[in-house]
Amino acid sequence: MMSTTSWITSIADILPKLPQMLWDWWLTLPDAVPAFTVGLIVFGIAALMGQLAAIVMVLMERKVLSWFTQRKGPNRVGPLGALQTIADGVKLLFKEDIMNDAQDKFLFTLAPAIFLFPVFVMFTLVPFSSTLIGVSLPVGLLALFALSSISVIGVVLAGWASNNKFSLLGGMRSAAQAISYEIPLVLSLLGVVLLTGTMDLSKIIEAQRGGLLHWFGIFLAPVSFLIFYTASLAEVNRVPFDLPEAESELVGGYNTEYSGMKFATFFLAEYAGLFIISAICAAVFFGGYYSPFGGLIVEQTGFNVWLANTLGVHQLAQLIPQAEMLLWMLSKTYVFVYMAMLIRGTLPRLKPDELMGFSWKFLLPVALINVLMIAFVKLFLMDFALNLVSAWVYLGIALLIGIFGIGGFCLWISRSFTKQLQSRLLKQV
Amino acid sequence: MMMMSTPSSTLTPPDVKPMQGVSVEKGFDTNDLVVNIGPQHPSTHGVLRLITTLNGEVVKDMEPVIGYLHRSKEKMAESRSLFQYQPTIDRVEYLSSFYDHLAFVNCVEKIAGLGVPKRVEYIRMITLELNRITSHLLWFGTFLLDLGASTPFFWAFRDREEVFTLFEKLTGARMMYNYYRFGGVNADLPSGWLNEVRKFIDDFPRRLDEYEAVATKNPIVLDRTIGQGILTKETCLQFGVTGPALRAAGYAADLRKTNPYSCYNEVEFEVPVATEADTYARYVVRVQEMRESLKIIRQCIDNIPGGDGGELGLLKAKVDEATKAKKKDPTIEVPAWNSDWDMFGKKINLLTYKPPAGEASVFVESPRGVLGCYMVTDGTPKAARVKWRGASFSNLSCLPALMKGHMYSDLMAIFGSLDVIMPEVDR
Repeated sequence: MMSTTSWITSIADILPKLPQMLWDWWLTLPDAVPAFTVGLIVFGIAALMGQLAAIVMVLMERKVLSWFTQRKGPNRVGPLGALQTIADGVKLLFKEDIMNDAQDKFLFTLAPAIFLFPVFVMFTLVPFSSTLIGVSLPVGLLALFALSSISVIGVVLAGWASNNKFSLLGGMRSAAQAISYEIPLVLSLLGVVLLTGTMDLSKIIEAQRGGLLHWFGIFLAPVSFLIFYTASLAEVNRVPFDLPEAESELVGGYNTEYSGMKFATFFLAEYAGLFIISAICAAVFFGGYYSPFGGLIVEQTGFNVWLANTLGVHQLAQLIPQAEMLLWMLSKTYVFVYMAMLIRGTLPRLKPDELMGFSWKFLLPVALINVLMIAFVKLFLMDFALNLVSAWVYLGIALLIGIFGIGGFCLWISRSFTKQLQSRLLKQV
Repeated sequence: MMMMSTPSSTLTPPDVKPMQGVSVEKGFDTNDLVVNIGPQHPSTHGVLRLITTLNGEVVKDMEPVIGYLHRSKEKMAESRSLFQYQPTIDRVEYLSSFYDHLAFVNCVEKIAGLGVPKRVEYIRMITLELNRITSHLLWFGTFLLDLGASTPFFWAFRDREEVFTLFEKLTGARMMYNYYRFGGVNADLPSGWLNEVRKFIDDFPRRLDEYEAVATKNPIVLDRTIGQGILTKETCLQFGVTGPALRAAGYAADLRKTNPYSCYNEVEFEVPVATEADTYARYVVRVQEMRESLKIIRQCIDNIPGGDGGELGLLKAKVDEATKAKKKDPTIEVPAWNSDWDMFGKKINLLTYKPPAGEASVFVESPRGVLGCYMVTDGTPKAARVKWRGASFSNLSCLPALMKGHMYSDLMAIFGSLDVIMPEVDR
């Protein structure tokens, strides 16, 4: 009896001091340990967000594609089929992990991890609001693409370690594709980096605070946006660039031999990658977490201050703008996710040689000219490069590029096709 | 792997070199990658095995291995009566089984000299052309699926299911119809069936336009099909390739026009022909054929003797009643009854039916090409021999010659454009 009471009293004594004690202990640790722990927590949150995004997107893709094809899509598990992806995940978790003797077991297991982890790390670099960002790096953009290149190693490893010819072909295709498309991808972003003078994603978004007309994707660098989106679809193996896993030829491509959770890992990473690409698109070209009308709606209308004063909760004045930022960022991201799904529902797959040709013969020259034009604008109209007047000037230039560059190319393509079509008008015999 | 070398060398035309790659004589060429596609593969349309030798992504050599789906359809005919054998024909080529039934039934009709009422011929033509549409629709969907587009597949299946619903109302089955009989068909058209068909063929061209808007002028589709897999007229004739592939090579060979069977000489239609012999030409010819089939169906519905099945049934009942009554009271008038309207022609008891000894061969234009049936009877209820000539076998045999030098990623596009169905190859 006695001892229990003393225990309780001693606990009651210590408990209020516990946070302070823990904090003191924390401060005594070497610098690397807290840094590492914080990093781990940030990564954990990012990974969780990545998984959540993938779960939402898999369901969204199945729903969107089913609407395309007059089906209902998943509608059994949970309300409107909302838990379908989780059910699938659980199923995959419990499935047998099949490996045969001919496979390189170490690399075979390593490959999905190498494919997945860079994508999750990328989640820490994406600013979802001005404070909701895992790591705010001054070279955030560079880091994102350095990380996205690592994923390719996973695919190539998967192709090699599977000891399957279809996997090998898929892996090789993926390597060729990633190398080809990363160049226009980075070049397209170079234009924006030139205009803003920074590689920090938060600062790039800050530069577009002015609203719709200041977005790089609308007037300032629309060609960059088009190149970026096309190349990034290729980067994450989406239709029409899904050659590494072309099911009609390569069965499943690099993931032919994978089953169970390893397969799910590939699946997850692909969708998380699509989310990242869309988020970068929204951040770099479409104002990120700012509204299309300039700044934030709650701040401009003073709603957050009014609500905080009315309710007497003063933190709300800061929290509500953050929530709005998150809302804008996520909705913009999902617009590009949706666009990728529309493209998947519409287009067939390119051929490997055409894929390479499209990158090297079309995207790369256009990206180079685009960078040149943006550099020109930056150099001669530097003082007001980001204000509205120059926006219209640049719009003119960009339109000229658009009309004579892309238009000419499309015309050339369509003319060559029209000629071929004309020559094959059906003849009645 | 050497298994196929003997038949392929006999089939190989002079301008194509004999099989290379893996052979006992040459040894294994270490620069090449031998990929064994199938028999379980998502896009071989059944159980086809293609031993493909790749040099990088270029197809150096290819050897189709068939026989995984052999069910001895021809031998089965010798152990059961014609009537018992007939339902199994549906499984020879399940995508357009009305054609196999037509060839089979026509053989018996030829041997026995059974007349077929005109209404029956028209019903057969309507079902045949509807079946051509379903078959081409499936091909349309799977072909674009092979190219990587998933949406047209579902669209094609939607319309295909509509036609299947019509077939179900008519025959009781969605795929395995077993509807034709010697000298007739199993049952008359249900009441209102023709109107439903008319509704479908009025609605379908609009949807076909929609599909074409997605696929036919899509730059990626054009890029992947134009100039790919050129199958010239000469190669077609050497390998016995028939159907849309031959017509896409500029040879207007259509048995419905050249050797009209059924009542095809009474309807107006065109034979779509393209001069380029590539994948795109075969695609265009097939899509155009669907439109021509619609034309034929429309004419058949307009001109079918007896018209709607329900009204004709009422008339038949009246005629029977009046004929019965006339025996008692000769003054009663019997309504006019045309022999063209009679569903069963000469009444025969199928269970004990013995066609006279003889032989006949019938060739019909199936969606895949010339489908032939050769039958020998010996006066028993069984056929002494039934031989099928499926178009798919010949169409498949030209694949190695066609694929040599193409990219591996073109393989499924070109193979898909030949519209091969494995049960018909193996039988």
